[in-house]
Parts: sequence; C-alpha cells; structure tokens
Amino acid sequence: MPALSPTMEEGTLAKWLVKEGDTIKAGDVIAEIETDKATMEVEAVDEGVIEAILVPAGSENVKVNTLIARLKGEGEAAAPAAAAPAAEVASAPVAAAPAAGGPISAVSTFADPEIDGKPLKKITVRDALRDAMAEEMRRDDRVFLMGEEVAQYQGAYKVSRELLQEFGDRRVIDTPITEHGFAGMGVGAAMAGLKPIVEFMTWNFAMQAIDHIINSAAKTLYMSGGQIKSSIVFRGPNGAASRVGAQHSQDYAAWYGNVPGLKVIAPYDAADAKGLLKAAIRDPNPVVFLEHEMMYGHEFDIPDVEDWVVPIGKAKVRRQGSDVTLVAYSRMVGFALKAAEELEKEGIAAEVVDLRTIRPMDHATILESVKKTNRLVTVEEGWGPMGVGAEIVARITEFGFDYLDAPPLRVCQEDVPLPYAANLEALSLPSVEKIVKAAKAVCYR
Amino acid sequence: MARTRKAEASEGKAPETGVNAFVGKDELLKFYQDMLLIRRFEERAGQLYGMGLIGGFCHLYIGQEAIAVGMQSISQKGDQIITGYRDHGHMLAAGMDPREVMAELTGRAGGSSKGKGGSMHMFDIATGFYGGHGIVGAQVALGTGLALANSYRNNGNVSYAYMGDGAANQGQVYESFNMAQLWKLPVVYVIENNQYAMGTAVERAASETAFHKRGVSFRIPGEEVDGMDVIAVREAGARATEHARSGQGPYILEMKTYRYRGHSMSDPAKYRTKEEVDEVKTTRDPIDHIKERLAKAGVTEDDLKGVDAEVKRIVAEAAEFARTSPEPDPSELYTDVYLEAAE
Repeated sequence: MPALSPTMEEGTLAKWLVKEGDTIKAGDVIAEIETDKATMEVEAVDEGVIEAILVPAGSENVKVNTLIARLKGEGEAAAPAAAAPAAEVASAPVAAAPAAGGPISAVSTFADPEIDGKPLKKITVRDALRDAMAEEMRRDDRVFLMGEEVAQYQGAYKVSRELLQEFGDRRVIDTPITEHGFAGMGVGAAMAGLKPIVEFMTWNFAMQAIDHIINSAAKTLYMSGGQIKSSIVFRGPNGAASRVGAQHSQDYAAWYGNVPGLKVIAPYDAADAKGLLKAAIRDPNPVVFLEHEMMYGHEFDIPDVEDWVVPIGKAKVRRQGSDVTLVAYSRMVGFALKAAEELEKEGIAAEVVDLRTIRPMDHATILESVKKTNRLVTVEEGWGPMGVGAEIVARITEFGFDYLDAPPLRVCQEDVPLPYAANLEALSLPSVEKIVKAAKAVCYR
Repeated sequence: MARTRKAEASEGKAPETGVNAFVGKDELLKFYQDMLLIRRFEERAGQLYGMGLIGGFCHLYIGQEAIAVGMQSISQKGDQIITGYRDHGHMLAAGMDPREVMAELTGRAGGSSKGKGGSMHMFDIATGFYGGHGIVGAQVALGTGLALANSYRNNGNVSYAYMGDGAANQGQVYESFNMAQLWKLPVVYVIENNQYAMGTAVERAASETAFHKRGVSFRIPGEEVDGMDVIAVREAGARATEHARSGQGPYILEMKTYRYRGHSMSDPAKYRTKEEVDEVKTTRDPIDHIKERLAKAGVTEDDLKGVDAEVKRIVAEAAEFARTSPEPDPSELYTDVYLEAAE
C-alpha cells in the first residue's frame, strides 16, 4: 500500500484493474486506492507478471507499506511503491511515512456531562467540520464559504465535500491563490453584514493575510466605537502535519491568541470540532479556528442530536487525576491522554485539561485543577517562547502561586524551524514520552 | 465633455455614459458648498493640530476636494465608500456630521468612534462610509469585499474603493482587481493620484505612472480624469458607476489631483518646490474652478457670501464641539472589544 499523501496512514483498496497472471509494465494503472483525501490511481513502477494479489478489492484500512501484490520471480516487495498522484495539496511533498509515534487517539475516560445520556454516532473530525458548515449554511443565508479549492475540488482536505453540490457556487466560492486578497474581501463582506467562512489551505498560508485578520477584522469594532462588526470565521489546518517541512508546519495559537478582538479555537475531537465551529460561525466576532490535519481522519463519538453547539471559552477536563495537571489543546490533547495512561502505570494520576478555546482562555478551569494537583505541565505543538504554555504558567504563577508544589514545566516544539528528516522531526515535536518525562519531573519522580 | 483619457482594455470598453450627469446651477452651488466645507474643515483641523488639540497622524485633503464631492454626487443610497487614511473629505462628502468627525480628531467622547479611532479610523454605516483604514491598500480588498456582499445580495449597490497613487502599488490591489473582474463585482476603484506617495514622486515609485492602465491585464476598463474639475469627476463617475451597477464588473478611475499640504502634519514637503505647489494653487484649484463655472452660470461673488458664511458657521460649530466634548469615560477602555450576543 503506497502512501499517497503526507498524512495517509491507511487506505482502502477500492479496485484492482489487473488480475493474477496479467503482464504489466511500468506506468500501467493497476489499482484505485482511496486515501484520506481522494481516490487515486496507482501506477506500476516495475514490469512483470502479477503472480498474486494479496489484498483483495474492497479491503478497508490497509496500512501503508502493506504488501498488496507480488510479481512473478520476485520473492517480496514487488508491489507498486508509489504513484504519481493526481490530487495533491499545493507544494506539499508526495509520499511520507506516518506521523512519528503513529496515530494517537485516546478517548475520555470518565463521566462527561456534555455528552452522557445522549445518543452517539461515530464520525471523523473532517466530516464533523463539514456538517457544522452545512448545518449553519442551511440555517443562515448570510453564511458562505470561500477559499482555495473549497468548491469544485471539494476541499484540499475534503472538509468541504459536497457543499458545492448542496449550496451552489454563490455560497461555496473557489478563490484564486491569493490569500491576502480574499481574506480582505471576506472581512469587507463581513463588514457589510455577511458571515463568511474563509478557509486557508493551511494556516501557514494565512501569513499572507494576517494583516486583514488582525488590523481589519480584530480591531475595527473597537476603532469604530462599536459600529462595524466582523462576524467571520477564518479556518484551516494548523500545526505540524507530517514531513512537510518548516514552512508548512507551524502552530499559530500563540500568535492569534495574543490579539484582543479575536477569538481563537483549537478543538481536539469531532464533537468539539463540530460544536465549536457552529458556535464560531454564529459568533458576532472574528474567530480564528485552528484545525489539525493529523486529526481530520480520526473518528470519535459525537452526540447524535440536532444542533450540537459547544460554547466558546470553556475548557474541558478530559481525564480526572489528583497528582499533576496536563493542559493541552488540539492534537496534543491526544498525546496528553496517552501520557496520562502511561503515568497511571507508574502510579501517577494525571488530570488532562483540554483548552478547546485559546482566547478567551478558561483560566478558572486550569486553576481549579492546579488547586487539586498542585503540579502543572503545559503541552503545545508551537514554540515555547511567548507561547500558550508561557501564558498559562504566568497566570498560574500570578493567581495560583501558593498552590504550586513544583515549578511548572512546558512541553513544546523545540526552538528550531521544524526539520524534514523523520528522526529530527520526531525529536523536534512534543511526544508522549516528553510529556511523561515532564510530568514525572514536576512530581519529583 | 470633460478631459479624459481611456485605457485600452480588451473587454468592457469604457461606455458613453447613459446616466444624466447634467449639472444645473443649484447642484453647482451644492458642490461649491461641499468642497468649501472640506477645505475650511481641513484648515481648521490643521489649526487645532497646531494648538495640540489633535494628536498623532492627521492627513489633510486640501486640494483634492473635487474628487470626493464629484463622486458622491453619483452614488445612491446603500452604496458604500471606503478609503485609506486621508479620509476626512470623504466622510464630509458622504454626509457625516462635521462635529462628530472633528470630535474624533480631538479624541473626544462625541467623536464618531467615541474617540477610540482617531483621524484614520472613522465609520458610519448610515451614510455608507466604511472607513478610514490605516494600512495602505487594505481598503481596496475590503472595498472589493463590500462589492462581493452587494453581488451576493444582488441589491444593485456599488462600492467605491478609493486609494492613492502609493496604495496603487500594493500587491493586494491587484489580487482584488483580479477577483473583482473574475466575478464581475460592482466596485469602482478611484485612484487619487496626487503625485506623491508620502515623499516619493510617482515617477520614482511606479514603472507605469498611468494608473488608469493598471487594470488592463485584468480586462478592467479605466480612464484618466481631471480630478481638479468636479464636473469631470462627476461625468467619469457616472460612466464608471453605470458600468459597475449594470453588472459589467469593476472600473478604474485615475483622478489626477494634487495635495496642497504635506503628507501629514509633520511633513515639511521638501521633496517638491514651492513654485510647483503655487502653480497648482493658482491654475488648477478645484474651488476656483467651480467658482468660474458658477460665474458663467450667473452666480456672483456676492451670491456666494451666504454659502461662505454658512460653511464658516458649520466649521466653527464643529471646532467648538470638538473642543468642548469630554474625553471618553475611562470605562470605555474595555468596551467594543467583543460583541456579546451570538446570532
């Protein structure tokens, strides 16, 4: 099974176009594979006779690098290694290993008043985001989506799948590759009373548009004495994907979290992705909505209820514990939950606080947890200096100093641009091991 | 027919105006009053700045009055206006209360932004004025977004996005041009070419100084207009507006104009000669120009005295209000950062 996108960990072997005994040559299309983003044709890279098809058509969740077919005369590994993908995100490299450490997805391990008692269904983060937009667009004609590849291509990450079909090109607008321009136009439309959702293919590209996000959207309500509002959502994947290099791998939570006038959201699971995106769309203020590419394909239980909305500005305790508080957001919540499981084996009960909203930050929930555990570790994918963890530690030092039994620690990306090499990338990013180590350190263990 | 020069665009040839741009004596008098109000207002603002009542940046519109007034005479209710930081003239032309504009300049509670915006950041939805933007060129993308909203709502309104010759070199202007023409958005781009981007003459900053041609590669028609002649502005504005309102997409008007004062209050304007400025003042002044037209229409200097007195009264009242309006209450510090209610 070839890796056909930077984040592909497994795929569905949708169809074989050859059968055992067929003679193939390099370049022949031999199979169709559904990745997390698209259905791709796979071309042979070697020539020979198909001796055996090892993974039948229709097989789902076939891990990358699984042997799917063998050529005659070759003992092993004659399967097509990689193909020329027809669909790819702009300037992202083609094939890549799965994320360092493999998929990390842990679920909440105690009673959750938000969800308990409600019927549940399984849904990916990707579809949760899609459903949130679709539901809000059905509810309010002022809501529309604009961005690169959101319409005809169905979304670079398929988050806007089938929205064009339902809402048409008036409300699902493909833009040219022109972030500065279309972000400004989105803000202008918001000033005129519409409620745009501006998708950035990644938040890295929004660097071109940051002037409009901050100077035009965040500040204008204040500068106009309350007259001009910008009810607009800027959204897209944030943080490090996998092996896409420094320019495509940055966590902007701290950057936007610094700005009054903006709300900043970074959900972890599908329920929050959906509920918070719906809340963001309804919010009358400009909202920066930070998704995570590595989470798009993850399935979670989500309440199967009409109009699932999660309030902005409320953190969530995802695991209760009495020995140390781990505060995280976005993908790092999964890492923190995994670390809590590891810590439990060593007799340390970690409490995991999922921030969910970066701004306004729910300091009360963090403080309550620290009052109980007296120890604090923050986890973020971004750099440490002037970061989200730095802000949390400053607040806890200011308002919870007497409750601390150890200096808080921050787990962050190492203070370097994110490297490409697999081993260096893994060294640079936060990991379960790093979180466990930090948690033990604040527990003096 | 006023002096204009048209850009060659392969699509959307500049139309002969179907709008009646005829101007009678009453309308001429109104233009005169509106332009004089801007000039006297700006002169007083300069004075208040010198007295320390206005702080920070203050960019005066003196010399460019015919543009805001001429264009305003074409717009309809619901149309939007958006510009950069040299915005006092557009606000007055749009019909904003001179007292609120002046009080914003002095940073008082009675200012249109409660004193929290200042010279560059005023807004008034009622008159369609969407700012007042301090980042050079940002208003062009925002104004194109206002046009996107008009198109989305199919409401027949046009957005007027003003920029200077300096802003016209910004990248986002061309990103906006591209999308505006691609989606046929109802926007008129008004480039106020006053010859200097702060202290840099256009020849030193622009490889193509004929800004009305800047839309050619996007198939946007454009024309050069004598921005010192309010009637020429009005006629060109009518053509551009007709084009945009009828669904044919954006239109570019390059207004050749001149600012008499420095870029801002702290600019001694050493980059140009006194003779150059005097030459424009004596031969091309927009207010002298309309006075000549009024004279031809039979209006005498004596007839104008009533208008002059009225303008003087309005400006004096605005200055008095701006001086006496209290500073914003300290409790305003934390208001208007976020809106509360979800919708």
